Amino acid sequence: MMERINEFYKNFGLPRLIIASFLILLCIAAAMVGLPLPALFSAVLVRFGMHGVLVLAMVPAIIAGIGLNFGLPLGILCGLLGGLISIELDLVGFNALATAILIAIPLAMLVGVAYGWLLNRVKGSEMMVATYVGFSAVSLMSIGWLLLPLYSPEIVWPIGRGIRTTIVLTGRYDKVLNNFLDFSIFGMHIPTGLLLFMLMICFLMWLFLRSSVGVAMKATGDNPRFATASGINVNKSRMIGTILSTVLGAVGIIVFSQSFGFIQLYQAPMFMGFGAVAAILIGGASVKKASITNVLIGTLLFQGMLVISLPVANKIMTLGSLAEISRIIISNGIILYALTQVSGGE
Amino acid sequence: MIEKKELMEKTKRFFVGNMVTIVFVALGILGFIYSGLSLPFFVNELFIRITRNSLLVLALIIPVLAGMGLNFAIVLGAMAGQVAIIVVTHWGIVGVKGFLLCMLLAVPVALIFGYLTGSLLNKTKGKEMIASLILGFFANGLYQLVFLIFIGTIIPMQNEVLVLSSGVGLRVTIDLTGGIKYAIDHIWRLTIPWAALSTSILTMLYISIKFYLSKTRKTIKQMTTAHLYYFSAAMLLALWSIYIMNTDSLFNMLRVPIITVLAILLVCLFTVFIMKTKLGQDLKTVGQDRHIATVAGINSNKVRLTAIMISTVLAAWGQLFFLQNLGTMSTYGSHEQVGMFSIAALLIGGASVSKATIGQALLGVVLFHTLFIVSPLAGRNVFGDAQLGEFFRAFVAYGVIGLSLGMHAWKKQIQARNSLKG
Amino acid sequence: MKNNDYILQMKKISKEYYGNRVLKGIDLSVKAGEIHAILGENGAGKSTLMNILFGMTVIHETGGYEGEIVLDGETINIKSPVEALDFGIGMVHQEFMLIPGYSITENIKLNREITKENIVSKIFGDKLKTLNLKEMSKDARKALDTLEMDIDEWVKVAGMPIGYMQFVEIAREIDKKNIKVLVFDEPTAVLTESEADNLLKAMVKIKESGIAILFITHRLDEVMEVADNITILRDGELVATKKNNETNVMELAELMVGRKIEKVARSKEKQDTAETILSINNLKVMMPGEEVKGLSLEVKAGEIFGIGGLAGQGKIGIANGIMGLYPTSGEITIEGEKLKLNNPQDALKKNIAFVSEDRRGMGLLLDTSIEMNIVITSIQNKGTFIKKFGLFTQINNKEIKAHASNMIKELDIRCRSEKQVTRRLSGGNQQKVCIARALTLEPTILFVSEPTRGIDVGAKKLVLDTLVKLNKELGMTIIMTSSELAELRSVCDKIAIISEGKVEGILSPDASDVDFGLMMAGEYKKMHNKGDELQ
Repeated sequence: MMERINEFYKNFGLPRLIIASFLILLCIAAAMVGLPLPALFSAVLVRFGMHGVLVLAMVPAIIAGIGLNFGLPLGILCGLLGGLISIELDLVGFNALATAILIAIPLAMLVGVAYGWLLNRVKGSEMMVATYVGFSAVSLMSIGWLLLPLYSPEIVWPIGRGIRTTIVLTGRYDKVLNNFLDFSIFGMHIPTGLLLFMLMICFLMWLFLRSSVGVAMKATGDNPRFATASGINVNKSRMIGTILSTVLGAVGIIVFSQSFGFIQLYQAPMFMGFGAVAAILIGGASVKKASITNVLIGTLLFQGMLVISLPVANKIMTLGSLAEISRIIISNGIILYALTQVSGGE
Repeated sequence: MIEKKELMEKTKRFFVGNMVTIVFVALGILGFIYSGLSLPFFVNELFIRITRNSLLVLALIIPVLAGMGLNFAIVLGAMAGQVAIIVVTHWGIVGVKGFLLCMLLAVPVALIFGYLTGSLLNKTKGKEMIASLILGFFANGLYQLVFLIFIGTIIPMQNEVLVLSSGVGLRVTIDLTGGIKYAIDHIWRLTIPWAALSTSILTMLYISIKFYLSKTRKTIKQMTTAHLYYFSAAMLLALWSIYIMNTDSLFNMLRVPIITVLAILLVCLFTVFIMKTKLGQDLKTVGQDRHIATVAGINSNKVRLTAIMISTVLAAWGQLFFLQNLGTMSTYGSHEQVGMFSIAALLIGGASVSKATIGQALLGVVLFHTLFIVSPLAGRNVFGDAQLGEFFRAFVAYGVIGLSLGMHAWKKQIQARNSLKG
Repeated sequence: MKNNDYILQMKKISKEYYGNRVLKGIDLSVKAGEIHAILGENGAGKSTLMNILFGMTVIHETGGYEGEIVLDGETINIKSPVEALDFGIGMVHQEFMLIPGYSITENIKLNREITKENIVSKIFGDKLKTLNLKEMSKDARKALDTLEMDIDEWVKVAGMPIGYMQFVEIAREIDKKNIKVLVFDEPTAVLTESEADNLLKAMVKIKESGIAILFITHRLDEVMEVADNITILRDGELVATKKNNETNVMELAELMVGRKIEKVARSKEKQDTAETILSINNLKVMMPGEEVKGLSLEVKAGEIFGIGGLAGQGKIGIANGIMGLYPTSGEITIEGEKLKLNNPQDALKKNIAFVSEDRRGMGLLLDTSIEMNIVITSIQNKGTFIKKFGLFTQINNKEIKAHASNMIKELDIRCRSEKQVTRRLSGGNQQKVCIARALTLEPTILFVSEPTRGIDVGAKKLVLDTLVKLNKELGMTIIMTSSELAELRSVCDKIAIISEGKVEGILSPDASDVDFGLMMAGEYKKMHNKGDELQ
């Protein structure tokens, strides 16, 4: 029996255990201070669906052996551009959303090819290079947002030049997924479309990982030398992983924006990669291993914690920043923990 | 003919090897021209920034030599400095006395931070840079937790100037005016021509003495040519400064904080000194090859720890000099960008992940801050938008780090492949 | 101390690794000013013996050793390499412990720098003493002069010829003031002939200064040239200790190899009329540490072909080169077709399978299930075990499971289920998984490298039996590379011995020990040529 508990503990991992207990504690605290639990849970569900695809974008990168994809902003920028063009084309509703995604995907694939080419040349230092490629892409694109030839009055500043920092999606595709087939139960609002969409993408990823290409990718990440000896083209596999990750980043931010109701530009995407990385690590992934289960558990735990801790903290202490501070500490702490686990044996 | 070829080859190698630096020299010159700034204003602005930022950049050199890459965790050093400032400001000790107390207080805090950083980096060998980067973010969270939440709740502190009106947490900005602002800068200042004149005279004296003493040495021939250049440069500088003094040029209005400059020189000397000691040799050995160092009986973990602790203390002091010049401390923001900006400066100066010199650090500060000064104005003048220049500046800072890291990793990969081919 | 006293005595040294006895009561006595050679095949126990002498952590972590080490009349217990240095035992490493960016002086004085006081060090301690470059360079010059090395002591090591580097390494050891015993671990392996000659001369000079030298090598002629006494180890046992003038190269070769063959069910003699299935012409493989330098070889269909030789001579590089895993040049023909080099896909397409010597590094996906390990190469290269839906594919779980359980039964892989990950399987069972993957490819030629390394005796026999069975029943051509000559001689039809990246000779398993020994030591051709000249 002890052994089984031990085994369970080992598989579940200490960080996940801490976060899970913390979350349960938060729920109890929330109930005690009289916060409406159903409303909190619906908020958790929305955040879960919102962030799910972005977190899923980590999976192909980790599995292909690139490690934590801190360069996710590259994909995000493509998604944002897609989202803007769809407004520029004056589309609304599902059409707008679908168009945004359809424009973003080829863009992200192109960017992914370049990014993958780069990552294949910096093997062993991918994470650091990716971080700064992401940062500089965000800064470069900030110049882009100032100069891009987009004219829709919803997008550009009424006076001066360039695109607004925040673009309101009301009347465009605000919450079109969230509101698809949504219903309320026990006082909880279920964003059916959003959850379905996210689960569908997860399912597609699951199928992909069971295809011949997916299997090759997994082998590449697991042991590149083995992969070479098994006739797998390591660089190609890594390239596919990078492209997939970038595309998912693009799709992810569109899903995120439609649920959020706004498109945020300029410096906003800078640290979005970090949140996704933290979530999947909390879900039990490591720098070398990740699964769709890790994505689901991690997103739920991480977002659940963030959503519930904010009002709880506000109730207990009137300090709005406590939730934000704990987010910084937890997300970076988990990344540090994961890093010490890689080369700890050396 | 052969000589010419050799010269061509040499020039080519020089350009390829110093690509980054050369590009930034060009960018700086172009930016200056398009910014429309006057030379004295620019020089003054640049001098302020050099004296403000050099120490932080110098703090990066030792970890690079110890093979630990760019120490993004100097952010923790900066935090240590700010902790000291908060305490000293709270005690109400001002001026030079307050500043010296800050320096003293910052040391134990920085040593503890450095020890923790070093321990973590020893656990993440081969991934030091990403670990130190994330550690910076993580520590920033803890820092906020302490000063925004704990002050007034767990840590009792009563100070209307520092603490927010709610009684919990420190104010977002702390004004150091009347405190340690300009504590060091204003001890002794000289106008630019006077500073230039005294520097050139000292240089000439130094060279003459060295020349006189070196007559017995065999390298006298090489010495004379190199030193002749320096000597004549110093002479020109002296002539220029005497000329300026007799005009009504704006340069006569601008003053250089001599003690700060001396402090920077002292840290340079300290770095040179350390590298000539047994400790420095161990640092270099560990940096070149950890395995061989261990076989030779060097405790590489301890050496790495020492390197990071030195770096953290220097960074703490660097942040103190930075803030006493700036005059206001953004409690939760002053330290955040320190790592990135310092590292970008070092890299622009021509350093890499595995190589850094004092010269590169200082040159990097000059180039990076030239860009900082001119790019918003140049952006406005060329594109009609100052913001564009600012974004460009941020892009440059991030981009140069990314580029340098990428180049280094790529070079390593090519080297590995070549060594396989024999 | 009397003149003929021993400076170093190792008495009755025994060592066990996990119940496996690798040293059995070795006695070794060395006098000051003596060159004592230690000869033996790989795995004979030379390196374990040296590890004990240097107090390496491997030894202490695995339960220490039995026996006694006496240095200069005193029994000592060496607990770490640093302590060994303090006792005056030095080592010239096979791979250089030199820092390329440092000058010769800095390398010689590595972590033994001479320092001088300054103001800061008086306050903050010794670590901040300044280096005394003048004194350091004086010492370095002296050591270099002893070796008659005419090179400036401030030259950087990077870019120096390898022979010089070796000398810098030696200079470092003799610069150590109390050095009593100096170990040379295969020092001539990387040197050219003239460099090796210089080294041997230097060794004699060092010995004349009163230092005892332990000379580990497999080059018999060098042993005969400089060694005073020779100790031969085999399978962890002391075979003999001979005086130089009482022995010769032939005898040493024979003693080194010995006869220890246990027959596994051997296939019947093959006829030589079978056609050539694999021919290799001027193969060069850049595999670090196992370089192949222009090797030619022919293998007939249906053979079990053995490739033997000492470690580092290049035998491992052959299969790795053919599979395209390291940069390769030359010409390889498989069943009359040219093989594309540096292209693992093509090798697999030509029905060659490879069981790697680096089981955990290259042979297995350690965190993946047994069944996936078995089928993945076939999925990628043969398109089997997958269902196709237009462009899209899915793995066929049913087929995979059926095939894996079949393999598990056939090869007797001990595991909980075919879904178990391979990391925690025993070495023997991991090896069987590797073989199962190779067999799933249905190869015509199977390369097996070090099939029995790191697995226990029972599993060893099973693995070898399996190979013989495959050869007999399916007519598969098997090319087996192994460091264990006995193993090769028990199953192979022919054995090629590799020396210095080339074939030294091809022998039948029944050939004499002397021939095998000479070939392993790379002396066979030399002796043969000499014979020719005499005639």
